[in-house]
Amino acid sequence: MKRKLYEVAHSRAGDKGDVLMLSLIPYEEKLYEPLCNAVTAERVKHHLRHIVKGEVVRYEMPNISALQFVCQNALLGGVTTSLGMDTHGKTLSYALLEMEVDLE
Amino acid sequence: MLRIASGAGFSGDRLEPAVELAQRARLDYLVLECLAERTIALAQKRKQQDPALGYDPLLEKRIRSLLPIIAKNGVRIITNMGAANPVSAAEKIIEIAEEFKVPIKVAAVTGDDVLMFIHKNKETVEFFPSLNENDFIISANAYMGAEAIVKALETGANIIITGRVADPSLFLAPMMHHFGWSAEDEELLGRGTVIGHLLECGGQITGGYFADPGIKDVPDMARLGFPIAEIQPDGTAVIFKLPETGGILNRMTVKEQLLYEVMDPSEYMTPDVIADFTSVCIREVGTDLVEVTGGHGKKRPEGLKASIGYEAGFIGEGEITYAGHNALKRAELAGDIVKTRLQDRFKELTIDLIGVTSAHRGGIDRFGQPYEVRLRVAAKAESLEDAQMIGEEVEALYTNGPAGGGGARKYVQEVVGIVSAIVPREAVHPTILVKETL
Repeated sequence: MKRKLYEVAHSRAGDKGDVLMLSLIPYEEKLYEPLCNAVTAERVKHHLRHIVKGEVVRYEMPNISALQFVCQNALLGGVTTSLGMDTHGKTLSYALLEMEVDLE
Repeated sequence: MLRIASGAGFSGDRLEPAVELAQRARLDYLVLECLAERTIALAQKRKQQDPALGYDPLLEKRIRSLLPIIAKNGVRIITNMGAANPVSAAEKIIEIAEEFKVPIKVAAVTGDDVLMFIHKNKETVEFFPSLNENDFIISANAYMGAEAIVKALETGANIIITGRVADPSLFLAPMMHHFGWSAEDEELLGRGTVIGHLLECGGQITGGYFADPGIKDVPDMARLGFPIAEIQPDGTAVIFKLPETGGILNRMTVKEQLLYEVMDPSEYMTPDVIADFTSVCIREVGTDLVEVTGGHGKKRPEGLKASIGYEAGFIGEGEITYAGHNALKRAELAGDIVKTRLQDRFKELTIDLIGVTSAHRGGIDRFGQPYEVRLRVAAKAESLEDAQMIGEEVEALYTNGPAGGGGARKYVQEVVGIVSAIVPREAVHPTILVKETL
């Protein structure tokens, strides 16, 4: 069944320079494995292709049942000189949560 | 057992959570983290104009609200509100204490300023991202570690005031001082860094930057309580907040904060240690009560990270709103008009439609036609006058643009850019200066 990520998980955005970090944390810890299978770095890069211009690396955190996506070249140069509206990229966690996934 | 609380998570944070914590939380230490990447460069500019300034603009307000309390109950404050001028900040605190007639000892920690080093070694230092030859550098500050603060704590000072220090180090230092942790015990430093990282953003672990009505509900956010950690000698901790404050603290808020701004969870670098978050365990042990155990560390990085501020010109902005039938088309037309008039003059010009494309850049659209749209035009400029043109052009849409444009606003800001570099530890000389009331 296809579902939006916001139905099953929450996320927080962070920034360092032009790098965007997005956590992805399932509400139910038993959904961690299915999320690992469904939300790959490649799929996130494709979903955020209008925003993230560089590499996306995924870190797995089984100890807390969470994923972390580290996205290069994502913040229009970074908070201090960006011409964007949301210079930190604080709203971008909700861009990730718009992704549609098929959970086994 | 040791109690440390976070009373501010950024320079503009609320004032009263710290006051409540100092009064009611039976604390040993209250940490106020108030220094963002760019803040110190802006502070450096203020110091150039007046050598007695360059510390956090809210220092006086925060200290006035806390000083009478900590003078009574002995809570010690550790803060980076010294920004570009910890010594003047210490003098200011002494001045306030004398006015209040409370005896106090303040230790200023300096040594983070590496501007001279950067100037002397401009050819060999590598900047990330790179700087242009003629970029004018305003400030360069290395992130100092916990050791400098530990030395300041050894003086017995009631308030420790620093410039640039890594945020988790502000919390790790009192743990090292209290428990006698060695600067070589990487396991303990790793655990302490986990706790410091969880606390450093204040209300972000107690329901701030978390609430989502109907989905992740947080009670009484207007009175968000800030976090307190009760830490054991082995580096395990419980995190909680004061009863009768707003907010929520559970495994979800702690997970979000653990990963916040983390580049590699297995190698979280600070000046003190490379901490590993992949073995941290988070367990709810009561209402608004979370136990944090585990975490590792390995030997600290060779060099120190430094933030370098440089003058990056100006940004001009203008905004105007369209609403009702065909609002999106009218806002788009307005954007085209401004673009046609300005694009030859400004290399970098951004046209945003607030309500449609401004936050997520138009890539994720599922909401259809908005009822109202705000056009925003922004551009970089080399001079203030040029930057002002952006807002002026948007404002001129009132009488020259599409129908029904209202609420035009214009803004100009001077931009300070930040790049980073790694500097050798020898370039940083932590120094403690103690000031006391008469």
